[in-house]
Amino acid sequence: MRVVRVALQVTCVNDAMFPDTGKAVVRLLRRLGVDVDFPSAQTCCAQPMVNTGYLDEAVPVVRTFVDAFAGYDAIVTPSGSCAGSARHQHAIVAERSGDAGLAAAVAKTAPRTHELTEFLVDVLGVTDVGAYFPHRVTYHPTCHSLRMLGVGDRPRRLLEAVRGLELVDLPQAEECCGFGGTFAVKNADTSVAMGADKARHVRDTGAEVLVAGDNSCLMHVGGMLSRQRAGVRVLHLAEVLASTEDGAA
Amino acid sequence: MPAFPTAARAALGDTQLRRNLAHATHTIRDKRAKVVAEVEDWEDLRLAGAGVKEAALRDLATHLETLEASLVRAGATVHWARDAEEACAIVARVAHDHGADEVVKVKSMATAEIGLNEALEAEGIAAWETDLAELIVQLGEDLPSHILVPAIHRNRAEVREIFLRRMAAVGRPAPADLTDEPAVLAGAAREHLREKFLRAKVGVSGANFAVADTGTLVVVESEGNGRMCLTLPDVLVSVVGIEKVVATWSDLDPMLRLLPRSSTGERMNPYTSTWSGVTPGDGPQEVHVVLLDNGRTRALADDVGRQALRCIRCSACLNVCPVYERVGGHAYGSVYPGPIGAILNPLLRGVSDEQTASLPYASSLCGACFEVCPVRIDIPSVLVDQRAAVVDSHRGDRVPKAEAVAMRAAAWAFSDARRLAWAEKASGLGGRVLRRFGRTSLPGGRAAAGRLPGPGAAWTGARDLPAPPEESFRAWWDRTDGGRHEGEGPE
Ligand code: SF4
Repeated sequence: MRVVRVALQVTCVNDAMFPDTGKAVVRLLRRLGVDVDFPSAQTCCAQPMVNTGYLDEAVPVVRTFVDAFAGYDAIVTPSGSCAGSARHQHAIVAERSGDAGLAAAVAKTAPRTHELTEFLVDVLGVTDVGAYFPHRVTYHPTCHSLRMLGVGDRPRRLLEAVRGLELVDLPQAEECCGFGGTFAVKNADTSVAMGADKARHVRDTGAEVLVAGDNSCLMHVGGMLSRQRAGVRVLHLAEVLASTEDGAA
Repeated sequence: MPAFPTAARAALGDTQLRRNLAHATHTIRDKRAKVVAEVEDWEDLRLAGAGVKEAALRDLATHLETLEASLVRAGATVHWARDAEEACAIVARVAHDHGADEVVKVKSMATAEIGLNEALEAEGIAAWETDLAELIVQLGEDLPSHILVPAIHRNRAEVREIFLRRMAAVGRPAPADLTDEPAVLAGAAREHLREKFLRAKVGVSGANFAVADTGTLVVVESEGNGRMCLTLPDVLVSVVGIEKVVATWSDLDPMLRLLPRSSTGERMNPYTSTWSGVTPGDGPQEVHVVLLDNGRTRALADDVGRQALRCIRCSACLNVCPVYERVGGHAYGSVYPGPIGAILNPLLRGVSDEQTASLPYASSLCGACFEVCPVRIDIPSVLVDQRAAVVDSHRGDRVPKAEAVAMRAAAWAFSDARRLAWAEKASGLGGRVLRRFGRTSLPGGRAAAGRLPGPGAAWTGARDLPAPPEESFRAWWDRTDGGRHEGEGPE
């Protein structure tokens, strides 16, 4: 393995709301022989500020990000959205701040930031991570993984290699679930209308578990499924990939 | 017009509208995807299209001067209009000069943008729309809700009813035995319009493109009604946004290949009309071209936003937009709805009024619009940039909005990991309360909040919210040394 120092960017949503996802990434990467570090100075990728238009407010957050991850060869994050933020939005924030040092730090950090499935497939070169998950699963490709990063079929290939897992196609999979960060509350009615259609498509598959690579989207669709008493569980992809016969998610 | 969230709420309640929209957008979307997939070098074509428009915009002043000179040489009269008022006054003057109390129009977004029909009406001049869908909108005393299919929100039963009710009052009545068969409805419209085409002295058009070096205007359409407007009246007035200019005739090549596939999902559009000035004894003998600014130079001055002026109004972005699909065009309060409207309106008008300022937020930033845009307008990036413009316009407010206060607090916490750890501890305590009293649990057993009061209601009106865990990831990492000493947990 070429990469020497690997850091986990756990994302603020995972840190505060979904710690099990971070723990799953740690378990998974250790199983694959990667000694992952968690730089404790990290906070958030600044996306909540950037996407709502608070670009000045995002500056110190981006600075915290690049400082926390300076010196790592690779940064892994279980979120397509946060990886997209680091790779595409940090440069915009840095440019606006007029701070050349920040721009240089961003230019170094951004290309080293990988979404989990990119890291597994492209950097580690694995698709079979030795997972076991005996359930009927459907997969929602979140918009930022799909379009901002272009993760393509990597998540699918990883899921297909999981023993016991039955993968069923999600109708209209590529359509947005309606989360969209602050969109979910600023335009709550439209967000809910989009989420309702996504939840209906999930129910139509008959899957027991909806899997995706972003917990925020899952929180939105899962919240709808739960309110509808649909009985479908939502789970982050990392937790599926981390589960084995002795440690199921 | 109310701000987007309010207008959207009203539209979402109209189940017929949502069904009509979902059906129509999915049909066009699938057609587009099929014909685009046929073109092997689609990505190169997109780059070429973006390049043509970008080059034209970069040297806009020069190209416009060339266009003016070529048009004048061809016998046209060129007018410059700074805003809607000036443009409408020019068209009204031309009509008055010829004693016309009516004009026929080929669908033109620019004239809808400047409110030409209403302005002419105030001058005692009736403007008749001749595009079938525009006719339906006009007769229905309604507003267009889609760039290409202005009556997308109407189904055929509604169209039949509108024709029966309104045609007689403004010209040839609809036949009494009118059915809602599309062919029968189109036949009734044809009879109704023919009379107007043959009678009108003045035609009004827009243009899809204006070629600078040859002084050629181009209109692309499906029905042929536009060609009637362009050739039958003695006088033709074309209202053309200044961003429609391209440098040379050969620049049309990528544009005319990108447009029909992106808009109607056709390999080629049925009618492409081009004209330059006056041809003695053939077609209109007096040709006026109104070059319209109306905010375009404002948009051009915006480094990030100027790419919106590349737009060729194909409507592909509307047809894939999950927000547009559910709320329709009226909620955007403009002739330019959907993703492009959400950026173009604030760029043309600024963000000082609340309705326009709500538009950049009318998106989940899913990026589907960028993926289909034939001229590669990065709509999500422009949306974010326009959101920043909205936020910046409020930086001087004496009383900051609650949102600004929350964002500043979040930024403060996110700038320092220790502050964030405290905040997470507090949320963990909140979670403990919720777990004790939580009314519900998620599949898998996790406690969740049902309906919350106050600001939480925007989320929990229709969605359960998982209770925050007792221990954050970072607290777990510290306690267990990254999971190496798992076991003695708090739970
Ligand atoms: S923004 Fe692009 S996709 Fe949307 S109407 Fe304009 S050209 Fe078409």
